[in-house]
Amino acid sequence: MTAHANELAVHVRGLRKQYGDVTALDGIDLGIRRGEVFGLLGPNGAGKSTTVEILQGNRSRDAGEVTVLGADPATGTRAWRSRVGIVWQDESAPAELTVRETVRHFARYYPRPRDPEEVIGLVGLDAKADSRIKALSGGQRRRLDVALGVIGDPELLLLDEPTTGFDPAARRQFWDLIRLLADEGTTILLTTHYLEEAEALADRLAVVARGRIVAEGGSVELRERYGTGATVEWTEADGSPRAEHTDTPTRTVAGLMRRFDGEIPGLVVRRPTLEDVYLRLTGQEDAR
Amino acid sequence: MTTTAARPRTQAPAGRLPGAWILGLHRGALEIKQFFRQRDQVVFTFAFPVVFLFLFASIFHDDVRGSGVTASQLYVPAMMASGIMSTSFQSLGISIAVERDEKVLRRLRGTPMPPAAYFLGKIWLVLFTGILETAILLLVGASLYGVDLPSDAGRWFDFAWIFVLGLTGCALLGIAISSVPKSAKSASSVVVLPFLVLQFISGVYISIDTIPDWMLRIGALFPLKWLCQGLRGVFLPDSARVLEQAGSWEFGRTALVLAAWCVGGLALCLLTFRWKNRRDA
Repeated sequence: MTAHANELAVHVRGLRKQYGDVTALDGIDLGIRRGEVFGLLGPNGAGKSTTVEILQGNRSRDAGEVTVLGADPATGTRAWRSRVGIVWQDESAPAELTVRETVRHFARYYPRPRDPEEVIGLVGLDAKADSRIKALSGGQRRRLDVALGVIGDPELLLLDEPTTGFDPAARRQFWDLIRLLADEGTTILLTTHYLEEAEALADRLAVVARGRIVAEGGSVELRERYGTGATVEWTEADGSPRAEHTDTPTRTVAGLMRRFDGEIPGLVVRRPTLEDVYLRLTGQEDAR
Repeated sequence: MTTTAARPRTQAPAGRLPGAWILGLHRGALEIKQFFRQRDQVVFTFAFPVVFLFLFASIFHDDVRGSGVTASQLYVPAMMASGIMSTSFQSLGISIAVERDEKVLRRLRGTPMPPAAYFLGKIWLVLFTGILETAILLLVGASLYGVDLPSDAGRWFDFAWIFVLGLTGCALLGIAISSVPKSAKSASSVVVLPFLVLQFISGVYISIDTIPDWMLRIGALFPLKWLCQGLRGVFLPDSARVLEQAGSWEFGRTALVLAAWCVGGLALCLLTFRWKNRRDA
């Protein structure tokens, strides 16, 4: 049904991209609803950035159907571009200008921009508003990138690893900003390799590995579907630590209770974290 | 990042996109601001032709036989032409290659900025720096090397069209050549080498009557030779025409060649301009 496609801010079917002999995208399917915060997770080189760049209209595709805000990004008009905000993976703001000059200037490109002063405040650069960009720290430059991504008041915000290089406090502040934008109804797609970030922000996640989507759903859903079993850890009477992976942790604990006759020393029952699920799905279990 | 109250999305009908002309003006102001904040680039662009004018015009100052001018006087229009090409061709060729490599262009492409606004901004920058550069060289030439400023309006009109056509043609060539270097690092060598060669075979460093004919013929394919010749026609007495290959200033042909470069350069830019690095295609 076409009505279904209209509800989607981003609709991707069978997306393929080849770089020479290397297959970057091997048939990606995505559906992002309006107003949703969607996280694209995956290791480096999995195809996250290529996907986002195709959605931005900045990279060609070899095959597949892509609709972003009702249009094909490959033929995106100026009006379409004014509705899509982009936060690039690598910063590229003009070094000799100040933060205020840059944000004000970019605001001019859009038909209905946000107030530049408000945006500078939102990303926490008030104190640096009159500093030259070349004098900013890496984290501050990333905040400026975010400011330039939201200055046009986009309906859809595409963020490619936005918090790389942030310190933990800056990352929390960035999360607040994303939640604020989401509350306002902005559809957000962000790629990240920080699982806590995806878990904290995204309504839904897709895990990308080797150019394919290997799992999709909410973080709890993913954990339940792909994270089977649990690990039971305890300490033996001689002080040596033990661990056992089992699908029936309660039975294991009951057995241990009988053996120790009461309290089990150092008992921990651990359900798989999103990270365990993620590493399994992306075939990186050995990395643990 | 302060958290403020959620702001409801405005449901107003889509606003009008700002026009390319007005955005071009804003970009021009921004480009000029950025240019003058980069001290190295300012010094390199402006001082280079002035230093060369000083060196050449001071070393070679004898009367050129039968022409009624001194070698120093010959160098003034030559260095003005070179200055115009340096502020347009060289500075755009290098700076756009750097902007492409540093992904400034890609970022602009991701906004609703019309591409024409970017080019208009560059043209304002080049016009501004080109006028400044020419004024400095003219001042030095008039005060130190006895070049007389033309007294009739017709000569100034010739100067205006030679300046505008020459600058535009060279600027478009600069935009076109910016796509050749693979990275910002190689940009200056890719741009400076052809510029240097052109200066030798177009009569900037070496008087036109001592350059072999075959070299002049190659030089005549490019705008710099005509820019030099036109400026000589404006700022030197008519007695100096004997030094020209054709024995006249050839204003008509100069206009034709420079205009052709403006049209050809524009076509070349439209065909070859890339917003992204080749690695990023």
